Amino acid sequence: MTYEVDAKYLTKKERRAIPRQAMPEQAANIRNKDFSEVTLGFGLLEAQYEAARCIQCKDPACVAGCPVGINIPGFLEQIVEGDLHGAIKTVWDKTALPAVCGRVCPQEIQCEEVCVVGKKKGRESVGIGNLEMFIADWARDTGVSNEVEIPPKTGKKIAVVGSGPAGITVAGDLAIKGHEVTIYEAFHRAGGVLLYGIPEFRLAKDIVDYEIEQLKSLGVNIVCNTVVGRTVDVDELIDEMGYDAVFIGVGAGLPNFLNIPGEDLNGVFSANEYLTRANLMKAFDFPKYDTPIIPGKNVAILGAGNVAMDAARTAVRLGARSVSIVYRRTKEQSPSRHIEIHHAEQEGVQFKFLTSPLEFIGDANGKLVGINCEKMELGEPDEGGRSRPIPTGEHEYIDCDLAIIAIGTSANPLLTRTTENLELNQWGNIEADTKTGKTTKKGVWAGGDITLGQATVILAMGMGRDAANSIDAYLKGEEW
Amino acid sequence: MYKIVKREEMAHKTIILNEIEAPQIAKKAKPGQFVMLIADETGERIPLTMAEVDKEKGTITIIYMIIGKSTRLFSTLKVGEGYKDIVGPLGQPTHIEKKGTVVCVGGGTGTAVLHPITRGMYEAGNRVISIVGARNTDYIIMRDQMAAASDELRICTDDGSEGRHGFVTDELREVLENNEVAEVVAIGPVPMMKFVSLLTKEYNVPTTVSLNPIMIDGTGMCGGCRVTIGGKTKFACVDGPEFDGHQVDYDGLMRRLQAYRVEEEHSDNCMFEREA
Ligand SMILES: Cc1cc2nc3c(=O)[nH]c(=O)nc-3n(C[C@H](O)[C@H](O)[C@H](O)COP(=O)(O)OP(=O)(O)OC[C@H]3O[C@@H](n4cnc5c(N)ncnc54)[C@H](O)[C@@H]3O)c2cc1C
Ligand SMILES: Cc1cc2nc3c(=O)[nH]c(=O)nc-3n(C[C@H](O)[C@H](O)[C@H](O)COP(=O)(O)OP(=O)(O)OC[C@H]3O[C@@H](n4cnc5c(N)ncnc54)[C@H](O)[C@@H]3O)c2cc1C
Ligand code: SF4
Ligand code: FES
Repeated sequence: MTYEVDAKYLTKKERRAIPRQAMPEQAANIRNKDFSEVTLGFGLLEAQYEAARCIQCKDPACVAGCPVGINIPGFLEQIVEGDLHGAIKTVWDKTALPAVCGRVCPQEIQCEEVCVVGKKKGRESVGIGNLEMFIADWARDTGVSNEVEIPPKTGKKIAVVGSGPAGITVAGDLAIKGHEVTIYEAFHRAGGVLLYGIPEFRLAKDIVDYEIEQLKSLGVNIVCNTVVGRTVDVDELIDEMGYDAVFIGVGAGLPNFLNIPGEDLNGVFSANEYLTRANLMKAFDFPKYDTPIIPGKNVAILGAGNVAMDAARTAVRLGARSVSIVYRRTKEQSPSRHIEIHHAEQEGVQFKFLTSPLEFIGDANGKLVGINCEKMELGEPDEGGRSRPIPTGEHEYIDCDLAIIAIGTSANPLLTRTTENLELNQWGNIEADTKTGKTTKKGVWAGGDITLGQATVILAMGMGRDAANSIDAYLKGEEW
Repeated sequence: MYKIVKREEMAHKTIILNEIEAPQIAKKAKPGQFVMLIADETGERIPLTMAEVDKEKGTITIIYMIIGKSTRLFSTLKVGEGYKDIVGPLGQPTHIEKKGTVVCVGGGTGTAVLHPITRGMYEAGNRVISIVGARNTDYIIMRDQMAAASDELRICTDDGSEGRHGFVTDELREVLENNEVAEVVAIGPVPMMKFVSLLTKEYNVPTTVSLNPIMIDGTGMCGGCRVTIGGKTKFACVDGPEFDGHQVDYDGLMRRLQAYRVEEEHSDNCMFEREA
């Protein structure tokens, strides 16, 4: 593509002829050996041409497709016009974390799925996520921050439990409204899954740290090493420490296991453990960092969501000879972002679909040597229209010295068990009003994965924003 | 930073005591609970039990054996210096109540972990018989504190340099033969806890042990600390660290503790070389 003409002077017809701009990436055979970010980001001209592909629908489907309703045509046109300040302000109006959302949102089932441009035969939707990433990175690189007039201190105190996307959003929004906010985080660093789960090569930790610094500059106090439910209780926060409201955004941190024989063998990990060692504790830089990790020669990942792709691609980078994703359903049924599967394939990850693990096999020393699996086939669709995998009786043995279980996480009961009057649903998630985030306990709100089960960054962020508005209204006198 | 206010060396400098300022943790800590500590920016998270808690001074005391890279690094910290991060209290507190005669069995550094439980049992009005074992007399730690928290303190050494010449299990058998024992609490190396549990099973005496699997977060989010208890998977950091000794799969635990042997030795050697 040559960008001779400034995008804003292109005619409608010319705009429609622009192909979707490819995201510049590191070559697969180079990036599969290191942890730096795969995507390099658009330059200004690429971004303006990509944004110019938007046909500025009167009734934009993408805005309805975005869980937080970003004015997408608005910020795209501002990019075309060269009004980058305006564009980032438009985005910030609805999301606190555009650099993150642009990188990790499942756009292909949200804004980009419904984009009209992509509905035409042979045409692809506008690269909304890539543009969101562009504008957020531009703001960070140029030091433009969301300058807001902070009203006089209200004297109200809010405790936010957990520093993932939900907690970060609540804290930022309430600080901007003049309240005094303290975040309590169990780990020794803030950021939640953005820090300990999603790897550096997909979301640079500088970005997460930058967002945390932004919060601090708004006056938010961040206290790490505090496990609410152990170090302090929710009731103590309210009764003894004088908080007027508490927001719970502790995520869904409890790893699910398969409950099949051999799961306690050395070499069998939860994805949470594997990724926490690699990301948060920087085990990839062992022995400079003290936390060890088993690199693995032949690695099997059980599951095929985003977490599984992250684990697989981490194993590749740690030097594994072969890495396979083992999934009992099909590629089409994988809950992962499509681009992650594509990137994993490029980096040499193999896929074994319609394969279900039966038993981990160990040697005499209790070390994993392989997995017995059963081949599946697709049966009749269930009520949801999704075909269920059914066993065929045919077995397959997979040779591996490292197996990583990535079949989802559930609610960690540590906080909820120690908090009275907090109603939970059948899965142990906190019951919270879908519009306000109010729980069954007065003065306590909740949002993100602890209410939804493992969901997405943008949903956690969106719920955080709703809860912040509800908390603000309550602190200004609205009835509970 | 969490400042060290007191430091002691025991057992020929193989065991170190640190008293550390951590008022928030001290306020909530109960016997049997542990903390996770990180020494510095590149450090790993290491679980250690609180051997002592001073709620008024706002300090906690840890006692640890130097066995690998991180504990070696910890041992270089001086009074006035400190740990970058400490989080806690974690795990379930010991279930302490008046039961009658309770026998507390400690091996090696396990005795440090056992001490607050012993004292709790004693203060709850139990008759406490303590049995403490070590290689030789120089490696018996907390002798005075254990004596003060017990009605009777018996010592065993592998070489006979103090007390009974033999294992804690030999002494325990004698106690079980001659007393109506309501509960045994055993804390020490995994093989010791295993053999104590096998013995108390013969006498049908309820037994509590404290398990030390490898941990990362200590809050139930990684599953690295999973242990098999009565055929079921449990997370030691949230469901334990104390469990019914008769239900524990000790061999599985020993295997899992070896998971990083190669890496750990490499890491420790690197540190050794750096120091040299
Ligand atoms: C490996 C991985 C990859 C993912 N990839 C994607 C992706 O590509 N796109 C996407 O949209 N989503 C993805 N997700 C999901 C997404 O990260 C989560 O939905 C989102 O982070 C949830 O945000 P949250 O604020 O609810 O909780 P979290 O991000 O889980 O943060 C919760 C925080 O609370 C802390 N905490 C927990 N308990 C306590 C306590 N008792 N006291 C104090 N603090 C506590 C935790 O340490 C943590 O820091 C991924 C998740 C994982 C694990
Ligand atoms: C709940 C709990 C309470 C504990 N309390 C005490 C105590 O009060 N005093 C004491 O001396 N020790 C205690 N330990 C054991 C202590 O944590 C380990 O000795 C320490 O982590 C070793 O680290 P290292 O780097 O020095 O040695 P490494 O070289 O890393 O390891 C040597 C051996 O220590 C074990 N180990 C390694 N890493 C861990 C880890 N993260 N968690 C647990 N074990 C590990 C393994 O068996 C390993 O082979 C406790 C462990 C647990 C789980
Ligand atoms: S936040 Fe996510 S869904 Fe919304 S526009 Fe951005 S990429 Fe699309
Ligand atoms: S240490 Fe991670 S779950 Fe127990």
